[in-house]
Amino acid sequence: MSDPPLLALRGVSKRFGAVHALDDVELEIHTGEVVALLGDNGAGKSTLVKVIAGVDPADRGVMEWDGRAVQVKRPHDAQALGIATVYQDLALCENLDVVGNVFLGREVRRVGILDEVEMERRTLGLLAALSIRVPDVRLPVATLSGGQRQTVAISRSLLGEPRLLLLDEPTASLGVEQTAQVLDLVERLRDRGLGVLLISHNMGDVKAVADHAAVLRLGRNNGFFDVTTTSQEQIISSITGATSHARRPPRTGEAGP
Amino acid sequence: MTGRASTAPGRRVKRALGQAWERLSQGESGSLPVVLGLVLLWAVFQGLNGNFFSPRNLSNLSVDIVGTGLIAVGIVFVLLIGEIDLSVGSVSALAAAVFAVLNVNEGLPEWLALVIAVLAGALIGALHGFFFARFGVPAFVVTLAGLLAWNGLTLYLLGQSGTINLDDQGLVAKLTSYYFHDIAAAYGLAALGAAVFFLAACRDRRRRKAAAMPYRPLREIAVRTGLIAAVAFAAAYVLNQFQGLPLALLIFVVLVAALDVLLRRTPYGRRVYALGGGVEAARRAGVRVAWVRVSVLTVSGTMAALGGLFLASRITSVGQPSTSGILVLNAIAAAVIGGTSLFGGHGRTWCAVLGMLVIQSISSGMALLSIQSALQFMITGGVLLAAVVLDSVSRRSQKSRGRA
Ligand SMILES: Nc1ncnc2c1ncn2[C@@H]1O[C@H](COP(=O)(O)OP(=O)(O)O)[C@@H](O)[C@H]1O
Ligand SMILES: [Mg+2]
Repeated sequence: MSDPPLLALRGVSKRFGAVHALDDVELEIHTGEVVALLGDNGAGKSTLVKVIAGVDPADRGVMEWDGRAVQVKRPHDAQALGIATVYQDLALCENLDVVGNVFLGREVRRVGILDEVEMERRTLGLLAALSIRVPDVRLPVATLSGGQRQTVAISRSLLGEPRLLLLDEPTASLGVEQTAQVLDLVERLRDRGLGVLLISHNMGDVKAVADHAAVLRLGRNNGFFDVTTTSQEQIISSITGATSHARRPPRTGEAGP
Repeated sequence: MTGRASTAPGRRVKRALGQAWERLSQGESGSLPVVLGLVLLWAVFQGLNGNFFSPRNLSNLSVDIVGTGLIAVGIVFVLLIGEIDLSVGSVSALAAAVFAVLNVNEGLPEWLALVIAVLAGALIGALHGFFFARFGVPAFVVTLAGLLAWNGLTLYLLGQSGTINLDDQGLVAKLTSYYFHDIAAAYGLAALGAAVFFLAACRDRRRRKAAAMPYRPLREIAVRTGLIAAVAFAAAYVLNQFQGLPLALLIFVVLVAALDVLLRRTPYGRRVYALGGGVEAARRAGVRVAWVRVSVLTVSGTMAALGGLFLASRITSVGQPSTSGILVLNAIAAAVIGGTSLFGGHGRTWCAVLGMLVIQSISSGMALLSIQSALQFMITGGVLLAAVVLDSVSRRSQKSRGRA
């Protein structure tokens, strides 16, 4: 491949005390590609997302953006590159309304004063474009249901034209219809040329939208698969550890064991 | 942003009522309970002693709330980020002592001593904020240490003299003794307040209408403006029956209004609220959490110093900080009674005003009835408990609804 990947992680490691949450992890995401990140509970998926998003930077390792090494030490650094994140937990401020949450950290202002009208208008536009229904964008998110919050978190991440979207179990708290909507959205974003990293426990979701699947096991790479040519059983067995794959799967030798 | 437009009037009223009830049951009751409580309190005191509503008593009340009220405004900031500042009583005493020593003992001009005293409060607040934000020591522990340390420093500063009397014609004395006798002052302030509210609401309405978004009907804006104007002009009328608009009240109202705009209308304020609603979420959104924390405790220290100067002005002397313990409790109680949440993220600067009105009304009403202060403390304690229970219940109901 001649184009450098949108995002590449090389030898990323992170420890929490004695726990090796991430150990020498490699990952590549190209534009217009959905990569599913799979792994058992505690495999390090959320930790990896937080490393990329600059929330909890790695201890070691290199992060490349468009082929250039970059430093992402703060959430702001990641946002500036065009990385948007939907976290598994603690994503929203309970007391702020939907508009406040969507624009938190990126408030629109006129002569130093918040431009509430403009922010509300753009929030409504964003929600409409994603066909998301929220009872009232001026209600505090504490009053919204789990699914509604998730949709708010997703629309929040799409503000400001990101190039890479990290979704940490975005459908976990959603119903059937909303899940389908989110997956639809993921496909549309991919077609628009975004790179997407999708964490999910649902193999159906992965099969439906992902191009590639990267498996983490106990903080290490445990396989990188082409979803269209790999059987579900194969992927599951590398998640559970029934099969062990090369620790650093070269991108060209994707097709499994 | 309640009351969306363009339905038949009857339905509109029903809808507005429904939304008000919705907000109440969702834990967005805000200041409604305290306003009702205040009205009830006033009715009871006026019933028991006809002097409660005398212009003299109300005018004095409006000046008495300012010192502690300014401190309570700082407490509102700290409560909004879900923390507490226990040092405000000591800091206010220290600021007054700094002013007295510099002006009276060292002969510095009053304005310079005043500026230095307020800056000292700001610096102390920033120091608390630094230890809180940088080392992750809980704010209540840092400020508890501050409470003791600044108390000690005040004792040291006042050392030889014990009590320092201020110039009773001086600048600081004037803070609470000066009145604008011209009746135009009080009425002018009332008119200005109502006009600013009306114009801001109209401007918001026009922009929303232009953007084809739901907007408040003109009638609703008129009713709200009318309500504000009625309260403001009634207050102005009463004040003019006595000595006119007190300078202290003018400063208090202007500061509270300005800080309300800062909190609710600027990106900075939005981040203060965000911290109270989820520190981690705010951090992930790119909010510089440490910086906001330091700034909030700086505001609290500054307001404490200002409040201390107003309290000293009221008695034109600076003495041993023996009363700073009850002062910090009163300031916190005022913020909470006024409707600021102890759990962070909910409240406005006006809460400090409402809460102080309640506390000072109890104290003034009890004094008129010659009831002992023992009972007064117990009643204030009961009111505080009621406010906290209301706060907890509404937060809980909001949570359970959200998760449903
Ligand atoms: N902040 C933290 N402090 C300590 N340990 C953590 C922290 N975050 C994650 N871990 C540990 O790191 C490992 C990976 O966790 P996580 O990334 O949340 O897994 P996943 O999202 O794949 O379920 C787990 O063993 C977890 O206990
Ligand atoms: Mg996880």
